[in-house]
Amino acid sequence: MTDQPSPVPSLGGWQTATVIDIHPETPNAKTFRLALPTPSPHLAGQHYLVRLTAPDGYVASRSYSVASPPQDTVEIELTVERLPDGEVSSFLHEVVMPGDELEVRGPIGGWFVWRGEAPALLVGGGSGVVPLMAMLRLARRTGRAHLLRLVVSARSPADLYYAGELPGPETTIIYSRTAPPGWARPPGRLNRDDLTAALAPEATTYVCGSPGFADAATDLLIGAGVAPGRIRVERFGPTG
Amino acid sequence: MRITRGFHGRGQASRDPRLPPGQYDTGSAWPVLTAEATPKLATDTWSFTVEGLVEAPTTWSWEAMHALAPATFQGDIHCVTTWSKLGATFSGVSVDTVLAAARPLPSATHVLAFGHTGYTTNLPLADVTVGQAWVVWDYEGRPLPVEHGGPARLLVPHLYFWKSAKWVAGLRLLDHDEPGFWEQNGYHDRGDPWLEQRYQGD
Repeated sequence: MTDQPSPVPSLGGWQTATVIDIHPETPNAKTFRLALPTPSPHLAGQHYLVRLTAPDGYVASRSYSVASPPQDTVEIELTVERLPDGEVSSFLHEVVMPGDELEVRGPIGGWFVWRGEAPALLVGGGSGVVPLMAMLRLARRTGRAHLLRLVVSARSPADLYYAGELPGPETTIIYSRTAPPGWARPPGRLNRDDLTAALAPEATTYVCGSPGFADAATDLLIGAGVAPGRIRVERFGPTG
Repeated sequence: MRITRGFHGRGQASRDPRLPPGQYDTGSAWPVLTAEATPKLATDTWSFTVEGLVEAPTTWSWEAMHALAPATFQGDIHCVTTWSKLGATFSGVSVDTVLAAARPLPSATHVLAFGHTGYTTNLPLADVTVGQAWVVWDYEGRPLPVEHGGPARLLVPHLYFWKSAKWVAGLRLLDHDEPGFWEQNGYHDRGDPWLEQRYQGD
């Protein structure tokens, strides 16, 4: 951790976004497209807070990564995994409809961001692919997909986020439990070979997923010779 | 206050008064949030240093730290990502003890806590003295797990938990405030959970 982060624009206050569209990514994940009254440019990898307020003043807020690329700023997309007993994620999945208003604040985060200029290896597990998707979309839109390699782990084809959009020459998809018929790699956890093929010596590495996935992936990367200082980690905990 | 259509939540009435605004009780869970690869630090090479504006810069080995007067904290911790953990117990030594050995100069006003990974976080000196901060290696009577900062971390429980530097390597005393890792990345310089000082400008 020796890089000095570039300054991050100061964060504004809460604003009331309007839900424009909701679409499922997997049985447990939905993407919410929000229109922002006070748009603010975000960096690929940043997140927003979503705040829910009950009539008695009770408040619950959680962070969700932006899946849409930085060029989209008037509207943003947040992909939300529904967690067991997740107070906010369950509400977003079950109750929120297009036309509803949601309080949001962001964009937040200046470390787990890719500015679209330097080589990067992205390693995501499950819902951890969300901030990496913003990076992939940025790279493709700006004609810089050659800078990125993305390794994504999903339990099964049904659990793969952005399944229609992810595949491409820069992406490797691995299935940990069930692979599609004829898939060359047998199902199994992420291993060193999966990562070795995607390594580039000068790349900054972004790892995102559950704590177990993130630790396993960083151990594999370090074992494959990646310097710990080149690894940036975002762990998605049971905080939703 | 803008009410969210259809949201009733878990109820203000049943809310634990130990929870600062915007926080929820994570119960027995202890989420892990770290921006870095988890390091593997051996206790025989681990050290803790107090340096900068002190009369006697001092480095302690793992054994030397354990020879200092023991101290225990029992209470609540609050993460800026909105979880709080209530009634946790940590043991180690008080920061007062290591500062007493190094003797801060009158010009010292702030500290920069630094970790063995290069992580940094800044604090006013007044926030780590008079029984408000510890270097801890036990959690609930067991060695602090590595993912939570073991073998030892800083503990400043009255501020958001990113101030409690994992894998702590020392404190540098300064005559000015010097933003640390998250503070350079948009987070608040002090981080009082009761004032919801989450981000710069809050």
